[in-house]
Amino acid sequence: MSATFHPTDPAALEAGAMLPEAFFVVSRNEETADTFTLALRPVKAGAQRPFEPGQFNMLYAFGTGESAISISGSPEETDLLIHTIRRVGIVTSALDRLAVGDTVGLRGPFGSAWPMDEARGRDLVFVAGGIGLAPLRPAILHALAHRGDYGRLVILAGARGAGDVIFLDQLHEWAKEPDVEVRLTVDRAGSEWPHHVGVVTTLIPRAKFDKANAVAMVCGPEIMMRFTAVELAKSGLPDQSVFVTLERNMKCAVGLCGHCQFGPEFICRDGPVFRYDRIRHWFSQREV
Amino acid sequence: MDDETIRLITGCAKNVRFRAGDAIARQGEPADEFFLLREGHVALEMPAPQGGAVRLQTVDEGDVVGWSWLVPPYHWHFDLRAVSEVRAFSIDGRCLRRKCDSDPRFGYEMMKHFSVLMADRLEATRLQLLDLYRGPAAASNP
Repeated sequence: MSATFHPTDPAALEAGAMLPEAFFVVSRNEETADTFTLALRPVKAGAQRPFEPGQFNMLYAFGTGESAISISGSPEETDLLIHTIRRVGIVTSALDRLAVGDTVGLRGPFGSAWPMDEARGRDLVFVAGGIGLAPLRPAILHALAHRGDYGRLVILAGARGAGDVIFLDQLHEWAKEPDVEVRLTVDRAGSEWPHHVGVVTTLIPRAKFDKANAVAMVCGPEIMMRFTAVELAKSGLPDQSVFVTLERNMKCAVGLCGHCQFGPEFICRDGPVFRYDRIRHWFSQREV
Repeated sequence: MDDETIRLITGCAKNVRFRAGDAIARQGEPADEFFLLREGHVALEMPAPQGGAVRLQTVDEGDVVGWSWLVPPYHWHFDLRAVSEVRAFSIDGRCLRRKCDSDPRFGYEMMKHFSVLMADRLEATRLQLLDLYRGPAAASNP
């Protein structure tokens, strides 16, 4: 059972949803030139935070601030919390300066999860753009750990260039698993790049899955997710079977401050994972 | 496509093979054919200003490569290179243009199919130009 905080329950706040817990950095790994992965362990024994695939934590770089970061590790391994972070601002740059043994504050896990129960018995199609592979990774690892529960696994990963692909070795490993199809593409490449070139949506018509019995989970820039949903619909997968995860500048993470409002939804509270038909309308609205 | 359209196309087709690394077509050269890939991968490339080539897109089995045969002045707009061993149908563009000219119904069918191909490629190119994976995250993730 996850220790997810539900902000509609006032007891959740009393239980410490707003209070960061100290975690040690136990390892860090450079994924690309601007993306790194931190493995965190609670300073206090027994303070592990079970989570569901798709959820996020608020990581607090002491003295700098907090940032919402998706969990990118396996939900089956509760000892460590894994976060893959792209360095884009002052908080993520401060997190990038952390070394093994340093401490970081952590609140969470928060938010909705990928529909792993609903997807049982169906083919799973994961479509990732750039660092969007990180929030999908727990769902992929969960599906691989419970292989009998799901049908075919299709993993379509796109990135800007050859140097921007995260978890490249793991993508190659996943491709060796039975009934797992991995397709990798980059938007631009030199002639030495051995994989596909083109936007990630061009992989969808090539992927082999049961359109009548599949669930797609999509993470990447919003425009990429919108075009992905269009391409999935063209291939026969209805919007009700497509799930996306959204990102906004989250502050409180419990639906109180309103920073992450997206139309009628608060992404931290109602998301970040949404069924596409629920939020499709807001994707096409400017300034939302 | 109906049987008659397929018959008219196959009348202009032949089997071709390329080895990995072969230049299949070069930008600016006459585009007298297009390809329907049966097996293998083909890269669409353009010469890079700094030398070498920029790979714009790769296409695979089942894909059609080339629309320049249909658009005057019938010159290739990019280089085509075999990424792997390739087996394909090569369709003679001049042969097909003659059939399009003499049979407007067939010509319209060709236009319909190739305009979809061109629109798909245009949309993909626009998305590439947007440089999706740079920028937006910076605004949402401090």
